[in-house]
Amino acid sequence: MSASRSYDIVIIGSGAGGGTVAQELAPLVRDGVRILVLEKGPRFADQEFTGRELEMADALYQDGGAFLTRDGTMTLAFASAYGGSTVVYTGTSLTAPQRVIRAWGVPGLEHGDLTRRSAKYAEQNNVHLLDDPLINDNNRLFVEGGRKAGYLVEQFPVNVKGCRGSSLCNLGCPNQAKQGTNRVQLPRAERAGVEVVTRAEVLRIEPDRTMMVRVSQKAAGTKGAPSEWAPGDYQIRARIVVAAAGAIGTSALLLRSPLPAPRSLGHGFTCHPALILVAEHPHPITNDVGHPKSYFVDHAESERFVLETCMYFPFVTAKSLTGFGATHSAIMHAFPRLQMILILACDHAAPGNRIAVSRTGSPIVHYRFTPETIDGLVRGTRAAARIFFAAGARRVHAPADPPLLETTDADRLEERVTARHFRPGMLAVSAAHLMGGCAMGRSAADSVTDGWGQVHGIPWLRVADASLFPDSLEINPYLTIMGLADRVAEGVRRDLAVAGD
Amino acid sequence: MTLPSPVFRAVATCVVPEAGRLASAQWDEMEAIVARAIAARPRAVQRQLALFFILLEWLPLLRYARPLSRLDPARRTRFLDRLQRAPMLLLRRGFWGVRTLILMGYYGRPAVAGEIGYRADTRGWEARR
Repeated sequence: MSASRSYDIVIIGSGAGGGTVAQELAPLVRDGVRILVLEKGPRFADQEFTGRELEMADALYQDGGAFLTRDGTMTLAFASAYGGSTVVYTGTSLTAPQRVIRAWGVPGLEHGDLTRRSAKYAEQNNVHLLDDPLINDNNRLFVEGGRKAGYLVEQFPVNVKGCRGSSLCNLGCPNQAKQGTNRVQLPRAERAGVEVVTRAEVLRIEPDRTMMVRVSQKAAGTKGAPSEWAPGDYQIRARIVVAAAGAIGTSALLLRSPLPAPRSLGHGFTCHPALILVAEHPHPITNDVGHPKSYFVDHAESERFVLETCMYFPFVTAKSLTGFGATHSAIMHAFPRLQMILILACDHAAPGNRIAVSRTGSPIVHYRFTPETIDGLVRGTRAAARIFFAAGARRVHAPADPPLLETTDADRLEERVTARHFRPGMLAVSAAHLMGGCAMGRSAADSVTDGWGQVHGIPWLRVADASLFPDSLEINPYLTIMGLADRVAEGVRRDLAVAGD
Repeated sequence: MTLPSPVFRAVATCVVPEAGRLASAQWDEMEAIVARAIAARPRAVQRQLALFFILLEWLPLLRYARPLSRLDPARRTRFLDRLQRAPMLLLRRGFWGVRTLILMGYYGRPAVAGEIGYRADTRGWEARR
């Protein structure tokens, strides 16, 4: 038999969206409003962030970071932890481009409003440009090569405080420098009286506003604290529910719930399919020390790609290289001389790319690469190769045949790097910016929610995460998620005020 | 599923040639990493993998009249190279999955960091001074 509990507001998920809503609504606790955050993942202690690749990937990421799309041609990386994916991002903090928000065409969503709200969180999270002495060679070479090759290179504002340069951001900062919701918004919310329960998965939401929740036991030998509640099944009733479990989590939850949700639920899934490219320099460079992601080149509008500096770990690097055998091994053994660039393709929501659920309720992501997305990857690869060579690299490892591009290939990249080398299943494409599934829009005929995250036809249910995006954001999304979540919190406060009247 | 050791090792030594020099305990370590990863995957994926390992072992029979584990390294490599370029997505994807597991097993071992010169440290810059 399951235990029953009752709250005024239940927030599902504790990442950029859920953590923000929790903080913004926390002052209501003083007025007697009971607020609960349910997080599927565990709460990790500071010393549990060891930086060990497989150990941390298993602990933090869904399926250890190997969640596959339905046809198995792309892995999707998203975290499950107190703080959600803000625990594993690099802290890069950009605001949404005006042209993207205009193109979304969501009634009531103005770029100026979103920018103001995002700026509030940029300040709260200590977003700033890193000082020059903290920039490593991997980043410096990107700047030098990019400028020599004629690209506009920009510096990422990042949300760190006391960064020691471990380079391990994607495995959870071992020095607690990254200002994710686990460090900023959730602790504030908890101090104000918001209750956060970890290892609590919401199985479904019933039409009478009851949530079926399963609290899991901490398995022996695994990381993370036990749940704040006893393991078992719970029925949680709420006046208002905010779903913020991420693009996949929220869409899947609403799909397996017997709710009268709009028909487009789950549709419009998009992401930034990403490729890691490496190049070998003649001399060792500082690459696996220092903040990994400090600069970028934005060609999203003109060529459908964004290039970002990056530095990954041995296994991720190995799987990202094309091919196998001696050439592959030689590159891996050149690790101290490797420069890395991440290519993000800007895809648009395409028919058929959607989130669904299996018969058992598990999420399934249907995704096919469009020719335009492949073109973005191809163009991005050529641009990255130009930057590598301009920075002095002696060879570049890329999806090509053979995969090593020598300096003599620098002038014939159009010929060496072509779409035929980017056939799905031939290269390791992964995506971390997962968007769509509960798109904002005008009505139930064209979207799932309105511009304030309220689900059409279900006034007590709101969405506050990247599933709201009607199309690709074309940049790193977390500040935009926080800006939208801020609007959702405002909407909830309005609802409560009306109910109070 | 149980990892089919002879086929796995035959493919692994082509994917990472240095794996051929691993001692028995290091093979055990590598295979334990892979077995753990497979055990954490959904049942359907485990079944697909088991099937693909059988396919890997016996498909070369058609061309070389020998199973994969009894091919010389050059032929094994040629066969695997053809798989990774196969017109059928199913074959490319299968090989990609096995290759990923092998790379996880090999490069996921803590000792490999020293071998390839990967030096990331939780203390960051301080560790380099």
